[in-house]
Amino acid sequence: MANGLEPSRLHSSDAFRTAAVGLQTRKLRAALSALGIMIGIAAMVGVLGLSESSKSDLLAQLDRLGTNLLTVQAGTGIGLGSGELPDEAAAMIARIGPVETTSTVSSVSASVYRTDYIPEGETGGITVQAVDVNLLDTLAGSVADGKFLDAATSAYPTAVLGSVAAERLGIADVTGTQQIWLGEQWFTVIGVLNQFELNPDLDRAALIGFGSAADYLDHDNVATSLLVRADPDYIDDVMGVLSATANPQNPEEVQVARPSDALEAKEAADDAFTALFLGLGAVALLVGGVGIANVMVISVLERRSEIGLRRALGATKRHVAVQFLGEALLLSVAGGIGGVALGWLVTGVYANIKGWATLIPPLAIGGGIAAALLIGAIAGLYPAIRAARLSPTEALRSA
Amino acid sequence: MTTTMSAGAVAPVPGAGVVLSLHGVTKEYPTTPPVRALQGVDFAVTEGELVGVVGPSGSGKSTLLHIMGTLDRPTAGEVTVAGYNLADLSDKDLSALRSRHIGFVFQQFHLLSGYTALDNVADGLLYTGMNVATRRGLAHRALARVGLEHRLDHVATKLSGGERQRVAVARALVGSPSIVLADEPTGNLDSKNSDAIVDLIRQINGDGVTFVVITHNREIAEAFPRTIGLRDGQIEYDSGVR
Repeated sequence: MANGLEPSRLHSSDAFRTAAVGLQTRKLRAALSALGIMIGIAAMVGVLGLSESSKSDLLAQLDRLGTNLLTVQAGTGIGLGSGELPDEAAAMIARIGPVETTSTVSSVSASVYRTDYIPEGETGGITVQAVDVNLLDTLAGSVADGKFLDAATSAYPTAVLGSVAAERLGIADVTGTQQIWLGEQWFTVIGVLNQFELNPDLDRAALIGFGSAADYLDHDNVATSLLVRADPDYIDDVMGVLSATANPQNPEEVQVARPSDALEAKEAADDAFTALFLGLGAVALLVGGVGIANVMVISVLERRSEIGLRRALGATKRHVAVQFLGEALLLSVAGGIGGVALGWLVTGVYANIKGWATLIPPLAIGGGIAAALLIGAIAGLYPAIRAARLSPTEALRSA
Repeated sequence: MTTTMSAGAVAPVPGAGVVLSLHGVTKEYPTTPPVRALQGVDFAVTEGELVGVVGPSGSGKSTLLHIMGTLDRPTAGEVTVAGYNLADLSDKDLSALRSRHIGFVFQQFHLLSGYTALDNVADGLLYTGMNVATRRGLAHRALARVGLEHRLDHVATKLSGGERQRVAVARALVGSPSIVLADEPTGNLDSKNSDAIVDLIRQINGDGVTFVVITHNREIAEAFPRTIGLRDGQIEYDSGVR
């Protein structure tokens, strides 16, 4: 200083220590006020962590199932078609360059019952579908028990049940001889399938071979839908030409879909919930911030004599402000770290239950602590300024 | 004892400089109606003095302490502490002046409850920029000086009233200030502890530390080498150095 006075100085380690005084002496209050921030940050980290973990699970699922499956469905209804694809559709589609495999599905007009004593109306919503033997490969499906149709069993009255159909019929496995009453015929169940993640319609179906459909149920075996696997690099090109290839006369009567889009759409819907919960987390954080501001204002009022003493010991206004702002920041950072830990724990437990990998985006951790710091700074600013502006004589007089 | 002397009339101790001087100091609080707490106060304190300022309630003792301690500025008049004229100093400068040149002892002790005696005393140097080891070393010596070497690690709340005030005295002394201002240092103590604190102040003053003790207890004030009587914001008498 120009007047030869050495200015008051406070080491940063001492600033930290003075900021922690209030927290040490009022532990319960500090813990409760940090709790608000902790809940807010935990909600945000948890939501982001769960979203990331489920997304990673979806990506793994899509990776496993492939995004190159396309379904070609015959439209039904007035102006939408007869519900049947032309006979040559499968062969035409197979000739598209990037198409790797095709599998035909033909909807059979028949009902399935556990026994022939069940009243006709109680179909259980189970459909009958005649399918190709390569269906399982095309759909990346798997057998839960027994085996899938092959060239031999396709010609005989045998059926493979989708997971939902099996459950509704009360058939969990194929030990012994399990028979079902299908289209006024006894069919032997030779397999039960796991859930089709890309084609839930087939979960509710009894699947039979084209041979047995024609021989035993007098079915015309006209394709109602085709399942197509194509080169992933050309999937959009293939999608563009599928309807015209399947039905050149009336391409508008053909519906082409990509089942993996449905999974992605589901994830997008989950994202909307993520945004909602993030919003709720932000509200909790705001409430936590107001709590900290409240506690700090009370703290300044209660500790007027300490402020007076510190000013008498040589603290400048800035030192006092730093002490109280530091205290608010410590409270909020403690809440932030606790919140990240809690959010991580919640994500870990839930992901574990769901069988997902626990993934917390680094941004959620950094962002969580940063948000806590920001809230703490905003919440602590007014009380800190108020403490700094307190006149030392007034502060000492109030003791 | 009722001799009234102006600041100029106070005979400085030979060979010692003036540590504190007030010249025509007036303090008025802007209330309705305005309250004039001090009016034309003149006196000077020289190095090594022990001055008792005595007066009844409302005589302006606390206001005088705040102005001497640079915690407040006068409405009119001139105050000089350790050679620095308050009028020339900013708020930040006043903080610096307090941290290095003025020690305070308060009636309510003002110790931080969660801290040990050592840390409370070391905090007397908190704003000087000294490192913690140096601060603690000096605090240890200051506590030894007030006879509390055996209580270094006791938290403030575990100390008796007399011990707490000794810790406060040690905190005021730790930075070797130019002047120590004590505001009713015996106000919260029983007579035995009160006597002990007065003895301690005398003993420390004997080592050359300048003290101004503000008290409403005439007996205590008049036992000091110099007594200034205050009434209605004005100096009623100044005994000068006896």
